Amino acid sequence: MANYQVNKTYQEINEKIKKGQAVVVTAEEIIDIVRRKGEAEAARTVDVVTTGTFSPMCSSGAIINFGHTKPPIKASKVWLNNVPAYAGLAAVDVYIGATEPTEDDPLNKVYPGEFKYGGGHVIQDLVAGKAVHLVAEAYGTDCYPNKRVEKDITLKGVVNAVLFNPRNCYQNYNCAVNLSNRTIYTYMGPLRPRAGNANFCTSGQLSPLFNDPYYRTIGIGTRIFLGGAVGYVCFPGTQHNPGKPRGENGVPLGPAGTLMVLGDLKKMSPRYLVGVSLLGYGCSLTVGMGIPIPMLNEDIAHYVAISDDQLLAPIVDYGHDYPAATGRILGQVSYAQLKSGKMNLDGQEIPTVPLSSLVRAREVAQLLKEWIEKGQFLLGEPVDMLPGSEEVHCVRTGSRDS
Amino acid sequence: MHAEMLVLQFSREVVDQPIIYRLVKDFSLEFNLLKAAINPRQEGLIVMELRGHPKDFRRGLKYLRESGVKVKKVAGEVRRNEDLCYQCGTCTAVCPSGALHIERPDMAVVFDAARCSACELCCPVCPARAMEVKLNRSAL
Repeated sequence: MANYQVNKTYQEINEKIKKGQAVVVTAEEIIDIVRRKGEAEAARTVDVVTTGTFSPMCSSGAIINFGHTKPPIKASKVWLNNVPAYAGLAAVDVYIGATEPTEDDPLNKVYPGEFKYGGGHVIQDLVAGKAVHLVAEAYGTDCYPNKRVEKDITLKGVVNAVLFNPRNCYQNYNCAVNLSNRTIYTYMGPLRPRAGNANFCTSGQLSPLFNDPYYRTIGIGTRIFLGGAVGYVCFPGTQHNPGKPRGENGVPLGPAGTLMVLGDLKKMSPRYLVGVSLLGYGCSLTVGMGIPIPMLNEDIAHYVAISDDQLLAPIVDYGHDYPAATGRILGQVSYAQLKSGKMNLDGQEIPTVPLSSLVRAREVAQLLKEWIEKGQFLLGEPVDMLPGSEEVHCVRTGSRDS
Repeated sequence: MHAEMLVLQFSREVVDQPIIYRLVKDFSLEFNLLKAAINPRQEGLIVMELRGHPKDFRRGLKYLRESGVKVKKVAGEVRRNEDLCYQCGTCTAVCPSGALHIERPDMAVVFDAARCSACELCCPVCPARAMEVKLNRSAL
């Protein structure tokens, strides 16, 4: 075990939280504190650092058990507000995925498609307390004779509703440009031709996994802020790839680690789970997530203090390279630069455009800070760590990390 | 669906033609009359909202002009639904007038209605669909 000047345990920090004595700051506030006081002193004075992000996260969805009907049905096809939900589970369990469009959506037939309503919107409507129309079809069995059910469901009325997101919270992400000669519509937003704009999608120095680049505190069982309520990290996310190249400061230079998260949808808020329509791409869900980082020692202080000027995003051409999966990277740009509004690519000045709401990411980090200060939110010690950079066996994704 | 508020001026020569009927029948367009003043053998005027598939809408407009109807658009007004906007900034990628811009260091997305040219490019691009077109009724 490393020899640290400061050694705190989860239990000690939780005791302080329970007494209302924990010192909690956000991942933006900590940067100055570490610069002023040094890592060890910062680790001594501060107990928890809260992070936040608020971005479209496509690999999201909800498990809903809509309750047994009379006569009972073993639903095999289910629609929620005419959005297909996966029903290949037990009788009345379904999974509604965020990117599923409405059954009769014109998609990209009229390009670029508007994708006005989909799974993400169903989730937001449920969380907002709205009634959602459910249609279930079945082939009928001796034990489940019912072949069709049609009813309105509400979040309150369903038996269970769990937000279960297989891949959220990417550690770093591409900065997207378009070097082709026509405007393209991507999950990274609209990209004007000849590098007319550069879009990015993380909260930078406030983003959870940027603050714990080696996953020393964020692991399986970590209690988090998810969609306005308490949630948990339940596993490494799909495509979790900690083996991606890292900078000298240890932070990945491209999309690397990811988190699988879940939480009780019934307690969440439509302010932090927003159904979105990405022109020409599809539907998705914007997820508000915040993760507390316990200040166990000065090493943790070192990593939470890494600021936007030291965090680099890879610049990727979505006009040609990304759809062709060439894996080519045009260069690196710092988040300080991206947040400034302008960046430089081969001598050309390009306006930068955020897709991730920093305003609301700050709100998430602040809210989580208040919960901890008030003693309402205790830290969860991971029961197992996420695979780190040394041990992962990641199947190549062909440089596609969406 | 595309919708616009239009002012149609009918000359004496076309005022007795079933032009609105043809718009509905041949171009599948919906109309909603707000004002109509047509006298037989005199000039006429209609203020109406016309709505339909963008392609039909364009063809319908072409038909109107070819029939000798003078078509003027009533300026739309773009507004932001503050309850829906979550301040991401995607709209700033397409806003040509700088009405939508980011205030630093807060990274707040500001909508300055005075600089808005009502081009409506932001409307379909906004992920939360917070940008709405309202017809400027004072222009009627």
